Amino acid sequence: MYTAIGMGLAVIGVGLGIGMIGGRTTEAIARQPEAAGDIRTAMIISAAFIEGVGIIALILSFIS
Amino acid sequence: MLHFDRFPFPLLGLVLAFTLMGAPLSAAGDEPIDTKEKYIDQVMHHVQNANEIHLVGNFSIPLPIIAYSSEDGLMTTFSSAFDHGHTAVNGYVLNHGRINRVLGEGFPRDENVHIEEIGHIEEGDHEGKAYVQYHGEVYPLDAPGTFMESSSFYDFSITKNVATMLLAVILMFWLFGSVAKSMKRRAGQAPAGVQSFMEPFIIFIRDEIAQPFIGKNYERYMPFIMSIFFFILILNLLGLVPFIGGANVTGNAGTTLALALFTFILMLAVSTKDFWAHMLWMPGVPIPVRFVLALIELVSLIIKPVTLFIRLGANITAGHIAILAMVGVIFIFSDFGESLMGGGVGLLISIPFTFAMNLLEIFVAVLQAFIFALLSAMYIGQAVETHAEH
Repeated sequence: MYTAIGMGLAVIGVGLGIGMIGGRTTEAIARQPEAAGDIRTAMIISAAFIEGVGIIALILSFIS
Repeated sequence: MLHFDRFPFPLLGLVLAFTLMGAPLSAAGDEPIDTKEKYIDQVMHHVQNANEIHLVGNFSIPLPIIAYSSEDGLMTTFSSAFDHGHTAVNGYVLNHGRINRVLGEGFPRDENVHIEEIGHIEEGDHEGKAYVQYHGEVYPLDAPGTFMESSSFYDFSITKNVATMLLAVILMFWLFGSVAKSMKRRAGQAPAGVQSFMEPFIIFIRDEIAQPFIGKNYERYMPFIMSIFFFILILNLLGLVPFIGGANVTGNAGTTLALALFTFILMLAVSTKDFWAHMLWMPGVPIPVRFVLALIELVSLIIKPVTLFIRLGANITAGHIAILAMVGVIFIFSDFGESLMGGGVGLLISIPFTFAMNLLEIFVAVLQAFIFALLSAMYIGQAVETHAEH
């Protein structure tokens, strides 16, 4: 049961992180629409990093 | 040919076809999954390596098996000789698709014998291991060695993962060979055919991944970055196709660890003295602090290949488990409904979810290949950075 709680806490962190990325990206694109391509690339890269940490937590909770 | 402005887009139609057919095909003929352990077991079995390509029910594609143990020597055979785990060949058994060696004296090792049952030992000194029952006697089984535990034999067989990797290699040779040939033939002209299809990818890798991060002599490392990117991309996408066994290659820790080690060794090999000086004896910091910082930098250096391989493996494995769990919904519902009607309802619920998960998995496959190549380029760029570029 505690593994499930741990996994849920990890997912809370991931959700907050990616939500913040999404919000700031939209703001940045609104401020400078010409740089939309670069900003979008940076957003996808950052999202992949944060999701990676979340999925590591997922796999570790599967193991235990 | 692929008209993306006409609905239903052929690409989406293809993904839908895969999800529709992959689920029942991979499930047809299997034994009933009525307990939670069997359900989880089936899901886990599909994301692990196996010594035969199990397509439908009792039909599998046999693969060569090469096993070496210090007691019995080399054994080579085909996985079809094992008869899906009902026959023991020279003291080896096929347990859940994986080859295991029978421990213990008294088990016939020169011939093929029929075995009665494979189960799990409940208690005693071999607790938790699998066993095989032959003529009333129980013999423990030894699984192939892993990182965590060693084994009494070495498994050099062509497993499902190795066969898929060979397929990916053949695909890459054919694809890039034809691109190179057509580039030579049409030097100076506009590209056509396969060349025009691959050129945007190659230019994307050169302009977005290699050149910004590596800097001046990025062309030296372009072959490596491109090989890594396309290898991981093709392996990820092959893992999503249900017809060829759905081999989960990049989810396997061995494959991803080897790829991450390639990047790490290349990074160490091309690193300049400036890199090590900056890392271990950084200027502008009081001397006692330098030791602490050097320790932290060393740890972060070791962490780089570890995160590379865990990120790729965990992402792909988690996606496969999610898809298989969605497919398993069909079984759960058919078990509840005790009939085909239950299965039908399960199908109705499972198809949209599996379709959505497959689309997400395609995106994750491309993204993870891109991230791996990007991080490799970033690490190599950090290692070859000279003072002039600061």
